[in-house]
Amino acid sequence: MSLEKFMNEAISPWMKEEGPDSDIVMSSRIRLARNFEDIPFPIIANKDELEEILAMMKNNFQQKSFKNYHDLEFVKMIDLKTIEKRVLVEKHLISPHLAEKSDLGAVLISENEQVSIMVNEEDHLRVQLYFPGFQLEQALEHAFEMDDWLEEKIDFAFDENRGYLTSCPTNVGTGLRASVMMHLPALAITQKINRMIPAINQLGLVVRGIYGEGSEALGNIFQISNQVTLGRSENDIINDLKSVVQKLIEQERKARQMLGDQRAVQLEDRIFRSYGVLEHSRIIESKETAKCLSDVRLGIDMGYITNVSRTILNELMILTQPGFLQQYAKESLSPQDRDVLRASLIRERLNLENSY
Amino acid sequence: MECQECHERPATLHFTKVINGDKTEIHVCEQCAKEKGYVSYEEEAYSLHDLLSGLFNFESSSLNEQKQSSFTPEKTLKCSKCGMTYEEFTHVGKFGCASCYHTFSDRLNPIFRRVHSGNTTHDGKIPKRKGTDIHQRKQLLDLKKELQQLIKNEEFEKAAHTRDEIKALERHLNHDQGEGEW
Ligand SMILES: [Zn+2]
Ligand SMILES: [Zn+2]
Repeated sequence: MSLEKFMNEAISPWMKEEGPDSDIVMSSRIRLARNFEDIPFPIIANKDELEEILAMMKNNFQQKSFKNYHDLEFVKMIDLKTIEKRVLVEKHLISPHLAEKSDLGAVLISENEQVSIMVNEEDHLRVQLYFPGFQLEQALEHAFEMDDWLEEKIDFAFDENRGYLTSCPTNVGTGLRASVMMHLPALAITQKINRMIPAINQLGLVVRGIYGEGSEALGNIFQISNQVTLGRSENDIINDLKSVVQKLIEQERKARQMLGDQRAVQLEDRIFRSYGVLEHSRIIESKETAKCLSDVRLGIDMGYITNVSRTILNELMILTQPGFLQQYAKESLSPQDRDVLRASLIRERLNLENSY
Repeated sequence: MECQECHERPATLHFTKVINGDKTEIHVCEQCAKEKGYVSYEEEAYSLHDLLSGLFNFESSSLNEQKQSSFTPEKTLKCSKCGMTYEEFTHVGKFGCASCYHTFSDRLNPIFRRVHSGNTTHDGKIPKRKGTDIHQRKQLLDLKKELQQLIKNEEFEKAAHTRDEIKALERHLNHDQGEGEW
């Protein structure tokens, strides 16, 4: 398969669109946790009960369309190869938990891959909706409509006092996890982000790197999301998150301008060194890839690099992960072989760019 | 009241312990309660602490709250629907089913408060279909109150009318529940 075709299939259609503030906000996500009223949660349910949920979701929603989310495809985890599951995880369409722990799990995915409904994960249902750029309100609006649409067929576990009942006490109430994925290279270079994170945590929001382990944020990509789900309305939760994200956007833009004004040569050097590494290396590991991609993307956003499209960071962050590399190679690869393939895939991708 | 174990600190935990069928009143401070093993949920709190990095670790404020419900440590709470015990819940940190929320209801507020910045009650979306149900149940309660008032006031004609309304609403509610099955 050609790289171009592989990429077209690998990158979710919605990711190719540019949303508001997409120079900094890569995507907005809404996740709702929902459970069936009369069936124990997956942690304790027996096989028959989980099968009942699978059958119910398949019979009622397979190949159904809602708004512009067409032809929901129903896929059972048990029918997927390990690599295929890994690819879905790397595309953020399913969680690692569903891929690894839920034998009787499944997922419904819309054709444009903007909607995915995980079945029999920690909760019976986890409805996820992605929007490009900074569009939390639109995402919530659609998620609500989706929720109502599902409720036409399902009796959700709901209590007047506690709200939507979930397996974990950290999700009860709204069952809402709203998150925004942000590229914050200038705040990272100037080390401002480290000072901002504790303040953001104080507001009941969580900041974490989306790639990489622990507190490390590979590619300077951060995910900001709400912690509290009980006692606040969905709109209040979204508004809190929105105002913090707006502040971060402001600060990131200021830091970029400051870098451009005061350390222009150093910044330009850093950006073009990274560009050079991506263009010429023959062996590259994921950590260095992430750093270089972040620099190049910053270079594009600040006008230093003009012949490369902005979506390259989003695309290559996903494509250069182990699952995708092995799917591209159609075989399992050792870490060393992956580093070689990763370098060649990046070179090819940049060549593709220059040929347009 | 001073702690009956150390006779130093004030007793902050008060409960009844049943030993060989005899009820004994216990008044101890938190530290002695922990050391002498009076409180079983302390261990539970610790295992949760490990699992959920402190989310469930009861602070003194929540201990005070528990003392008011004058619990007996021997009694295990168990969900009749899914079979999960309160102890299991605190170990796993996950509920087994929707009914667990009702079964463990008395003990959940301190946990929710910790996890959700002091909140214990839902203030968001209500399911569309079930929402009307909730609304109607509230209406039913109001009508029943009204009925009692009418009977008290010996307004029997009006009372008969209200009783009919209640019956109709109850039929409607039961019917809706039937339709919700699949
Ligand atoms: Zn004492
Ligand atoms: Zn239960």
